Amino acid sequence: MKTDAIVEDLLRRLAPQVLGVLVRRHGRFDACEDAMQEALLAAAVGWPEEGIPENPRGWLLTVADRRMTDQLRSEQARRRREDRVAAEVPADSSFAPAPGDDQSPEHDDTLTLLFLCCHPALSPGAQIALTLRAVGGLTTSEIASAFLVPEATMAQRIRRAKQRIKATGIPFSMPAEAERVERLRVVLHVLYLIFNEGYSASSGPDLQRADLTREAIRLTRAVHRLLPDDGEVAGLLALMLLTDARRAARTLPDGALVPLAEQDRSLWNGEAIQEGISLVTDALSRTPVGPYQIQAAIAAVHAEAARAEDTDWPQIVALYELLERISPNPVITLNHAVAVAMVQGPRAGLDMLDSLDGDDRIARHHRLDAVRAHLFEMAGDHAAALSSYRIAARRTTSLPERRYLETRAARLTERDRHI
Amino acid sequence: MKYMLLIYQNPAAFQALSEEERNVVFADVDTIMKELTESGEWIGGDGLADPSQTKTVKVRDGVPAVTDGPYLEAKEHLVGYCMFECENIERATEIATRWPDARYWAVEVRPLMSAAGTEM
Repeated sequence: MKTDAIVEDLLRRLAPQVLGVLVRRHGRFDACEDAMQEALLAAAVGWPEEGIPENPRGWLLTVADRRMTDQLRSEQARRRREDRVAAEVPADSSFAPAPGDDQSPEHDDTLTLLFLCCHPALSPGAQIALTLRAVGGLTTSEIASAFLVPEATMAQRIRRAKQRIKATGIPFSMPAEAERVERLRVVLHVLYLIFNEGYSASSGPDLQRADLTREAIRLTRAVHRLLPDDGEVAGLLALMLLTDARRAARTLPDGALVPLAEQDRSLWNGEAIQEGISLVTDALSRTPVGPYQIQAAIAAVHAEAARAEDTDWPQIVALYELLERISPNPVITLNHAVAVAMVQGPRAGLDMLDSLDGDDRIARHHRLDAVRAHLFEMAGDHAAALSSYRIAARRTTSLPERRYLETRAARLTERDRHI
Repeated sequence: MKYMLLIYQNPAAFQALSEEERNVVFADVDTIMKELTESGEWIGGDGLADPSQTKTVKVRDGVPAVTDGPYLEAKEHLVGYCMFECENIERATEIATRWPDARYWAVEVRPLMSAAGTEM
């Protein structure tokens, strides 16, 4: 690794630890988070030149703490000028370490911070932005370019999220045992959304955005290290690794999407697949089953097939049946129908899709038309397939998906012309 | 999801509005822009110069022809656009219903295409 990369890696790992100490010392998550970002910036600029300090965590803490002190002082001065009592800073909140601050570097506030950033009082957009900044240590400008919005827009989302935390008095502490499962579910969902944002973007020239998958995997890995016995955390990590393993095969050099069945499997990342499979196998053998584990298991079945035609579809059908029982939703039904078609034939899959026509969540979604088109094509009903491909192509808001669907449609008309 | 709001207007009819009516239009736009900026939804936008300032360019058999005036003949024209990112189409439509031009002419809400996609 080059020095810059080593420094960046170290800073991103230390960011949540430093922020945790600051928040416990000063309260005020919003101001501490700004101070931490300034310290990260100072380090990112200084360390590659001057070398990494002997105690990098202590260095960051000192710099961030000084910023906090400066800020508190200037706020106090302003309050005095405004002739008001400086009540916000109690006399005993000295800038010396408070009890509990002098913990070992192994102590990790990552989880507590994740629970804070993924608090249900925040919108998903706010949860994502705040998680990437406060836990991931990304700058606002990096997050903005990852989500293709102006920096000012992202800065405002982060500012609002922090204001909301302040206004609602969300504490910096682990949620009570009773609500921890539900709160962890939100954290995992946010990590999943970050992963998906990066994964779906990795088809284009947006390498910046593809970094989001790496970041999501890094954060999920950190949560897995902290909660090794949680099967859903392991399941999510496995799902991400198994999905991301296909990255090199899922697009052509010009950005065109390649469906799973047509991917060059020699391009799949074997190492990630091995890790994903062993994670999900281990989780399924010793923890209660959950949706992420089942989805990872399905991805593992695909990954284990050397060729598309070797896929163990009956096992995939069984896994989808289980998934539909514990977490029913129309997208799962859609994928389930594809698996059923592979086992029982396209008509059986098409029959399953009919049940979705009355479901507002998916009835007008391009994925339903796209799956229907594929199954009609499999059944040899080219006229119906063509019409469904065209509807799907008009409904998607993704350029590569539209291109893929139009290409499938064009191939059908081309083929029929030659018969 | 990112959306573009396409704002249509009849420039001649807009000029015929009273000063007070026009001030209300401008004030409404300011209010919405401020709200969207504060909520972190605003991405950007601009007004367009009068349709009479348009050059329409056509290339046929490799030969460009440049004419003055808009491509489509109509009384209503695109006079501006803005982009925002919000949770869903309901919110996008709600923003559109408050855009003042919708009271006189019409605004269109169009989802933006994205370069992201997943394999099928």
